[in-house]
Amino acid sequence: MPEIKVTPLGAGQDVGRSCILVSIGGKNIMLDCGMHMGYNDDRRFPDFSYITQNGRLTEFLDCVIISHFHLDHCGALPYMSEMVGYDGPIYMTHPTKAICPILLEDFRKITVDKKGETNFFTSQMIKDCMKKVIPLNLHQTVQVDDELEIKAYYAGHVLGAAMVHIKVGSESVVYTGDYNMTPDRHLGAAWIDKCRPDILISESTYATTIRDSKRCRERDFLKKVHESIERGGKVLIPVFALGRAQELCILLETFWERMNLKAPIYFSTGLTEKANHYYKLFITWTNQKIRKTFVQRNMFEFKHIKAFDRSYADNPGPMVVFATPGMLHAGQSLQIFKKWAGNEKNMVIMPGYCVQGTIGHKILNGQRKLEMEGRATVRKLSFTFTLTFFLLCNLDVKLQVEYMSFSAHADAKGIMQLIRMAEPRNMLLVHGEAVKMEFLKGKIEQEFSINCYMPANGETTTVTTNPSVPVDISLNLLKREMALGGPLPDPKKPRTMHGTLIMKENSLKLVSSEQALKELGLNEHQLRFTCRVQLQDPHSDPDTLHRIYTHLKSVLKGYTIQHLPDGTVMVESIVIKVSSSAEDPNTKVLLLSWSYQVTFLRC
Amino acid sequence: MLDCGLDTTSVLNFLPLPLVHRLNRLLLLSFQELKECAGRVFVDSQPEFCLPERELLDLSTIDVILISNYHCMMALPYITEHTGFTGTVYATEPTLQIGRLLMEELVNFMERVPKAQSATCWKNKEIQRMLPGPLKDAVEVWTWKRCYSMQEVNSALSKVQLVGYSQKVELFGAVQISPLSSGYSLGSSNWIIQSHHEKVSYVSGSSLLTTHPQPMDQSSLKNSDVLILTGLTQMPTANPDGMLGEFCSNLAMTIRAGGNVLVPCYSSGVIYDLLECLYQFIESANLGTTPFYFISPVANSSLEFSQIFAEWLCHNKQTKVYLPEPPFPHAELIQTNKLKHYPSIHGDFSSEFRQPCVVFTGHPSLRFGDVVHFMELWGKSSLNTIIFTEPDFSYLDALAPYQPLAMKCVYCPIDTRLNFHQVSKLLKEVQPLHVVCPEQYTQPPLSQSHRSDLMLELQPPPMPYRRCSVLNLPFRRRYERVYILPELANSLVPSEIKPGTSVATVSAVLHSKDNKHTLQPPPAPPTKKRKRVIEEPPVVLAPKPLLSGAVPLEAFLATLQKHGISEVKVEETADGHILHLQAEDTLIQLEEDGTHIVCDNNEPLRTTLRDLVLRFLQKL
Repeated sequence: MPEIKVTPLGAGQDVGRSCILVSIGGKNIMLDCGMHMGYNDDRRFPDFSYITQNGRLTEFLDCVIISHFHLDHCGALPYMSEMVGYDGPIYMTHPTKAICPILLEDFRKITVDKKGETNFFTSQMIKDCMKKVIPLNLHQTVQVDDELEIKAYYAGHVLGAAMVHIKVGSESVVYTGDYNMTPDRHLGAAWIDKCRPDILISESTYATTIRDSKRCRERDFLKKVHESIERGGKVLIPVFALGRAQELCILLETFWERMNLKAPIYFSTGLTEKANHYYKLFITWTNQKIRKTFVQRNMFEFKHIKAFDRSYADNPGPMVVFATPGMLHAGQSLQIFKKWAGNEKNMVIMPGYCVQGTIGHKILNGQRKLEMEGRATVRKLSFTFTLTFFLLCNLDVKLQVEYMSFSAHADAKGIMQLIRMAEPRNMLLVHGEAVKMEFLKGKIEQEFSINCYMPANGETTTVTTNPSVPVDISLNLLKREMALGGPLPDPKKPRTMHGTLIMKENSLKLVSSEQALKELGLNEHQLRFTCRVQLQDPHSDPDTLHRIYTHLKSVLKGYTIQHLPDGTVMVESIVIKVSSSAEDPNTKVLLLSWSYQVTFLRC
Repeated sequence: MLDCGLDTTSVLNFLPLPLVHRLNRLLLLSFQELKECAGRVFVDSQPEFCLPERELLDLSTIDVILISNYHCMMALPYITEHTGFTGTVYATEPTLQIGRLLMEELVNFMERVPKAQSATCWKNKEIQRMLPGPLKDAVEVWTWKRCYSMQEVNSALSKVQLVGYSQKVELFGAVQISPLSSGYSLGSSNWIIQSHHEKVSYVSGSSLLTTHPQPMDQSSLKNSDVLILTGLTQMPTANPDGMLGEFCSNLAMTIRAGGNVLVPCYSSGVIYDLLECLYQFIESANLGTTPFYFISPVANSSLEFSQIFAEWLCHNKQTKVYLPEPPFPHAELIQTNKLKHYPSIHGDFSSEFRQPCVVFTGHPSLRFGDVVHFMELWGKSSLNTIIFTEPDFSYLDALAPYQPLAMKCVYCPIDTRLNFHQVSKLLKEVQPLHVVCPEQYTQPPLSQSHRSDLMLELQPPPMPYRRCSVLNLPFRRRYERVYILPELANSLVPSEIKPGTSVATVSAVLHSKDNKHTLQPPPAPPTKKRKRVIEEPPVVLAPKPLLSGAVPLEAFLATLQKHGISEVKVEETADGHILHLQAEDTLIQLEEDGTHIVCDNNEPLRTTLRDLVLRFLQKL
């Protein structure tokens, strides 16, 4: 029996470093290749040695597919392709291809230049890696090779986020990446057709949450920001450069305009400005409303939002700052946080999910004293010894910490909705916390009565598929069988059909038996039976025959009975002849002759 | 239905729609609606278009319309509105968006200058016969229609379903359609229509030149049973690159001499390439200070839309978007104020307008739109130049109502579609079994009958079609796909007939739904417990298989012996043997292609004999 195997190398009962291996119909596919934000050691990348102990991955993988540009989905890509070694195709959508290298470069800079790590991928490696990328268009069916085809669907999580349908023969898998089932201010909702995959691999970040309406959350958010500004506080919103940032900018921009507010809104520099530009050029990937109005007014040209400079953080008075990254684990958002943390007038709003181990995660869990790792200082003691000191300092968190679930993941309701859309035969959960997954798994199994799996990292789930066998049926046979259903074939009514299946090399053909004989160059062998029956009848031979004919005609209703001019009667294909016996003209001999194929129906 | 383009050359028979009426130049003929101008007769009426054939078939029976590019959808409202059409139109996103702009522009041009009357008298056959050419020879004039309304456009376009390149769309489970990049314009496509066993390609308006759109996808056209070929270049003798050079040099010459340049053009398509070419040219030609104007009700939208279709652009332009920079340099021209766009000549334009300048505006037929105004403004001065770049209209016909004209005329038609040389190379590459094409492609153009290179020469010769002709495509469908459920597949017993070939008899229940067929195992005999009567397939006993092979005499006798039949008298005949089973008084006639058992009233024996014979035969 054919099987599909799924092994998460990352994101199995966990959030972060998404990387899932799928074996389907003899093809191996890697879905996403992310890094973990919560770790700084080997654990930050997926364990590629699972695939092979020694060397390159090219011969073990048929293709790699990246769902979107978030680093927990693509952060390990240059490491995998350039340092471990993979030369095969990497697929991602156009926006992802455009934005992914910028985020990777940013990530590299923070890791290498700021933290001083070595043995990390270089800028050149990012470039070389991106050369292997083949862009995907939505709904385009890409033939990876003769058997493997992939198709991308809109996922609505961030700009260019996609779900992928992977198909080999009649077996298929859908991987959602991260997705969002409710349209927001800048993106549309995820959509997939009823493709009935064997397995649906879904993220489950918000497996147990059912979120209230978006409007309420937005109102809440604006109220909090407004209150803080009113009392002269500073608001820090840690975001990732692309995605939520743009949604919240649109939200604040319209609010500022409506309320005629004067407090400055800043956007941390460089990347984000560029990011808005990407949104303008890839406007076809945003939601209906923005697409419709972009000629008159481009929603990504902001009037109230200005570029941030590091020195502004010390400016007096209220302000709102969007800074990267979103989980407060490094970079500018962390720096500003440290500066503002001591003042209870200030506020930090975490608009998204925070991975375990990050400062964002800690403060959201109510931790008020943080041990911070300062900049490493290196002191040269002599020519041969250097000592590295890590400065540890304590930070008291006094500012208000608010959490607003703005990250565009599907909630429990959304996940169920997607299952209803795609109608999978099996369900597999990744990218979520084990306890929450367990809960959702129960719900899915109960509601849809399909199997639901939740493998841990390195654990393989095997699903046996039961594919139908495609066969070429001769049109003659098909039409004949369809006509058998009655004078007016009812397409909905099932019909019984008979034929011969010819298996030759790789082709399977279903034809009528007669055609099969012809095609195979075989002679038909006629098997006939004849039986003599004696009866007493004084009439002449033709009269006897005619009497038999009329009798049969009255008895056997619904059968074709013919009286042929050559002195025979045929009931369907049974031949009846009459002759008189030589001795006694009153004794008639009936010759009944039929072929092997005749079926006798006993009445 | 493959495409529904509009024949707009019919408007050449009409007078231009001027912004200001100037009747003094026109001599009135015997009819109010016909006017003469420079020796030619024109109809003074709202211009009308020649529609695709609508009488031949019931438009409500059309299930699907495939659109190959935005120029080929201009007749859509005539087909989908007020005709009972209920089908779906398939097009790519740029085709839809830019097609909408072009329709919007057309409607705007027409509604801007409403002409009260719509001339009909001249259409009377008797009158038309007496008119001078080309009016006399105009065909199907009764079917000519006035322009549609914006409401009809919106309604027609709401029936469009968007598709992406290489997207496979199932139609009624019977066929699969898929658009392929054709390289001619933004979102332009060729179409593949295929079932599991047959493949038809529709190649329309394709280009192999490197302009702004994504290059043409040729490899997917391979293995076609039939290739329908249309939309070849209308200017087989004009080289687009040469024309572009001529365009630039004429433009520079006129400007240097202090004249203005008028470029009648569509608001999307070649204009992007012209602007890109000028972007590089104006610096070197020292035209940095000359203003360029693009005037159209959809000028802004067209320029904006061109920048957001990165996925549909050529590789060079795509990489620009990754930087991120706008893919077309006209963004920079606009930013630096070298190129300005206006919705019409009214409003801002009239105050900001400086001469000498270059104006791009429509409509290329010179019958309506802002171009009419510029013709009147600049026509009288020999300093000015009009440069025709669109190949759809004969420039002499276009200019006819404006004669006599002092302005210089330059004709540089830029048509990037396939020429005959490229087509034959393409066909050699993709090797379709049959080619179907318009009749015109099978003979050289009338004016150049000696140019045998300006026609299609193929082996086997292409099948030509003309308006309203019905063509039978030369293939027979013989097979269709059916799916055998795994339970049934497992129950089949194959037997090898010859090395590598096995057969198995199949008796199954055929389910057909949405043109998809599946074979399921025959139902188990119904159990009596079942209370609810559900629809069961008719219970038909499996018919006995056909037999093949021959029964060998010696082996058969040996088998009979084993079953206790030993008294057998064998008699040789012309075709085989007759076996007389004496004890049982039974005859068995063994021949190469048949066995005949004559046995009276002994059912058990007959059954035994039958089974023994069957042992030696193959069942199909």
